Amino acid sequence: MNEIKTPRGGSNYQWVGKNTPRPDGVDKVTGRARYGDDMIVPGMLHGKILRSPHAHAKILSIDTSKAEALDGVKAVVTSADIPDHPMAQPPYPPIVNDFHDISRNVMAREKVLYDGHAVAAVAAISEEIARDAIKLIKVEYKVLQHILDPREAAQPDAVVLHEDLFTYGVEPKPTKPSNIFRVMHGERGDLNAGFAEADLVIEREFSSQPVHQGYIEPMACIASTSEDGTVELWTSTQGHFVQRTLLSKLLNMEMAKIRVTASEIGGGFGGKTTVYAEPLAIRLSQKTGRPVRMTMTRSEVFRATGPTVGSKTRIKVGMKKDGTITAGEAEIWYQAGAFKGSPIGRAVDTFFSPYTVANCKAAAYDVCVNRPKVAAYRAPGATMACYPMESVVNELAKELGLDPVEVRLKNAVKEGDESLMGTKHGRIGLVEVLEAVKEHPHYKAPLGDNEGRGFAVGYWLHGGGLSSAAVNLMDDGTLGVATGNPDIGGSRSSMRAMAAEELGVNVELLKPIIADTGSLGFSYLTAGSRTTFATGMAVVNATREVIDKLRALAAKKWDIPVEDVRWDAGQAIATDNYKDIKPLSLKELAGMATSMGGPVAGHSEINASGQGATFCAQLVDVEIDPDTGFTSTKRHTVFQDAGRAISPDYVEGQMQGGAVQGIGWALNEEYIYDDKARLQNTGFLDYRMPVASDVPMIDTVIIEVPNPNHPYGVRGVGEPPLVSGPAAVANAVENAIGQTMSDLPLSPPKILAALHAQAAGDD
Amino acid sequence: MTDRHAGSGLKSRGTKTLQDMNYEAPTSVEAAVAALAAADDEAHIFAGGTDLLVQLREEMIRPSLFVDIKRIIETRTITVDDTHVRIGAAVTGAELSEHDTAKTLLPGVVEAVELIGSAQVQGRATVGGNLCNASPAADSVPALIAAGAVAQIAGPNGLRVVAVEDLLAGPSRTNLSGNEFVVSLDIPKPTTRSADAYLRFIPRTEMDIAVVGAGAAVTLDADGICTASRLALGAVAPTARLVPAAAMAMIGKKIDDTVLASVAAAARDACNPIDDKRGTVAFRIHVAGVLAIRAVKIAIERAEAK
Repeated sequence: MNEIKTPRGGSNYQWVGKNTPRPDGVDKVTGRARYGDDMIVPGMLHGKILRSPHAHAKILSIDTSKAEALDGVKAVVTSADIPDHPMAQPPYPPIVNDFHDISRNVMAREKVLYDGHAVAAVAAISEEIARDAIKLIKVEYKVLQHILDPREAAQPDAVVLHEDLFTYGVEPKPTKPSNIFRVMHGERGDLNAGFAEADLVIEREFSSQPVHQGYIEPMACIASTSEDGTVELWTSTQGHFVQRTLLSKLLNMEMAKIRVTASEIGGGFGGKTTVYAEPLAIRLSQKTGRPVRMTMTRSEVFRATGPTVGSKTRIKVGMKKDGTITAGEAEIWYQAGAFKGSPIGRAVDTFFSPYTVANCKAAAYDVCVNRPKVAAYRAPGATMACYPMESVVNELAKELGLDPVEVRLKNAVKEGDESLMGTKHGRIGLVEVLEAVKEHPHYKAPLGDNEGRGFAVGYWLHGGGLSSAAVNLMDDGTLGVATGNPDIGGSRSSMRAMAAEELGVNVELLKPIIADTGSLGFSYLTAGSRTTFATGMAVVNATREVIDKLRALAAKKWDIPVEDVRWDAGQAIATDNYKDIKPLSLKELAGMATSMGGPVAGHSEINASGQGATFCAQLVDVEIDPDTGFTSTKRHTVFQDAGRAISPDYVEGQMQGGAVQGIGWALNEEYIYDDKARLQNTGFLDYRMPVASDVPMIDTVIIEVPNPNHPYGVRGVGEPPLVSGPAAVANAVENAIGQTMSDLPLSPPKILAALHAQAAGDD
Repeated sequence: MTDRHAGSGLKSRGTKTLQDMNYEAPTSVEAAVAALAAADDEAHIFAGGTDLLVQLREEMIRPSLFVDIKRIIETRTITVDDTHVRIGAAVTGAELSEHDTAKTLLPGVVEAVELIGSAQVQGRATVGGNLCNASPAADSVPALIAAGAVAQIAGPNGLRVVAVEDLLAGPSRTNLSGNEFVVSLDIPKPTTRSADAYLRFIPRTEMDIAVVGAGAAVTLDADGICTASRLALGAVAPTARLVPAAAMAMIGKKIDDTVLASVAAAARDACNPIDDKRGTVAFRIHVAGVLAIRAVKIAIERAEAK
């Protein structure tokens, strides 16, 4: 199904690049796979959270006595049970984990800051009693004025969420608190000269709404604590090692006493990269001496877990008649939600990054509003910046009578160019991606009535970082491959393929698992499209250590120097000097290992670097019903540089999944609040993510421009398809209705209103 | 149980737990009426349960009694005689859509019922349940009204008959008394050159709730003149409503674009919608006219094909 283009020749790999049966497949289709809520521990209690009905209010008092007196209730916790922490101080890293904020987000302290903010939690012998008990908790509030829009919240006279928050990075140092946490800038060249050089300059404003990751499995965990201070936690997470770090710092506990096991995970998309109920479950378990399970409802997930940011943007771009982009200027306001920490750095880096714009400037504001604190969502911070830039580039190309793909080729970044935030590109594949678009039949296919075609390209610099892996050889020649990264997108398959390729044995001999935090070195989140790249490097290292040990074992057996033993196709082979020594297979060596020195295993703990930029372009055809404003996506093709697709069917799945999420983001997904800022659409019925029948078969073209810094050339693939998706869909709508649209989502009422305004203007 | 909550401030319905809830499954209409008569006013009729169980889970209701009507033969059968199609109130969407005669005679009603929920929900959700849940956006209701359906209602005084459009009182409210329930729906058997249709607007393609719904039924004479017509709208007012002015615009005429424009205008005039998470007032009013025209056109095509 997937088309793979490898411009620099194919590979001779046996397992890398092949589709093999999924290692997690059988248990998932039979229902045997254990997700967060599937764990049952003897004696366990059920936890429930009382949540704020107000978007912004002072907590005057909390009376838990009646809840505590209810039969079956074993404990109640409030913010008094969660340690407080001082505010983080500058210099700030790109992602600030401020325990002052985390403590207040998991349990409101002085104030509630959004509808759904946790106020208290109960553990009881049944879910029903726990539900009844939280209704018996009496909370007195003083309701305050709320604010939802980031640009309004950035005004000097806006109601302030945090009296102790002063904007960082501006001179002179502010004396008044503000909702703006900080401003990030990037600049190069001479903006005035750049705009003067342009034949056409377009300036527009855009907005986008917060959208939820929509993972199918709600957050669920079970905490079991011991009188000796140890904690066992089972949770649905994208990073159990990061959970351990956060919990240790938040709850002032020793890391070694916290053992976290990642359950099978039903999707995360960035949303499961922090803590929500876990610290409450631990505290309730400590208070009761019993295990406590907490599972969020879908409504709680929508009200209280982080979506991605909503945004407001002002952007101005200049272009010459030949298509050269001469200058670009952008300002963007991100709504961080109740606490600081939206991905503004990515915004600055994203705007102009696919292009060699000599003169450009970008500023991004991190603004607190009365919404749930944002979390990562698949290319956090990039999508909302890609959408305005790509829209304006398309409009410039159209106005100047230029082909949109040729315009991108003219300005495309190449090896040696630098992004606005200073990433110097190595070998990258933007040109190859754009050439693949031009060659594809979709690009020139005819369009029907009321149809429009959209195009956009997106840039994403994926992650590297801390990863660990262990490869354990068993006596019978089978192997365990352990990593510390929850598998959200097929990483077990890719780890297995890379290890099998190194060893030269069938993938079916290898069993990939996710080890708990007590069993392996630290591994950063499964996030940032980093796992196949970074953890894959650790697996390759660990496998090579196994191979070296097996060569040494063969050398010992043969009584020859280890340098004279090479490894090939699953066996140790003596060099040509030893004509009568027969090779020893992996299985034979495994059988003799324990009696000849001991078990054979390899492990690797690394800080992976050398990640490269990834580009993803999308072509989308939509049809608009002119009488209702309904948009139907008719055809969608995704073109992406994967470096090397280790497991092509999973790569295809990532590209299709990202495209589908982009369709939802562009067309229908939004949070709907009432006039008191209470969320109205807290379920999938009214939070309108696409369903299967809403999307066409999404075609994929995988381009392989290998990253020379990875043993197999891997680039991260999970996030890039969501960078350019909404921009491409929005552009298709614009072309179908013949006017610009600047306010996502482009839902039917908005499109219909635009069509009516257009008709009124024509009269 | 109640003592333990004494002075707790919980509302009365909150004092009940699932253990306090009773379930009965009578096998006759009379026994069901008797069960309702003996119960307090927190008894609920239980058919497919696709709305009720969700409401229970969301703690919107804490019933004292569920009276399951699925073992009553009259609620579970579809019968067709010379004048009527009778659909039992507990007939499921899946059963109706597999009933070839019903599908041929009442394509509009069947396509409306088929839009409720998903394939899984269709196996449980019932026609009577969709009606009595009284959502203004219920898909089957405008189609039933357009087709001229009347409800057979059982109560302590025997059976009474009420037109579907008169059964609904407001969002989640019917004109049924506490010890009455709908046994079946009687729909006049369409004559030659008579047919119905139903359309709804949702921003997606399925798994959603109508932002606007429109049911239409038309009867044509040999010359293509409309001799009878009913148009009903859903999700544009507190209840689904019949639009007599739309019928008046069609009857006695050949339905051309001018007539259709009058139908759309009548439909829009009949709207009294709200702005909510599912749609805006202006959008709903406009689309009501669009769907009215489209539903009438489909009904005409079907009538002409007979």
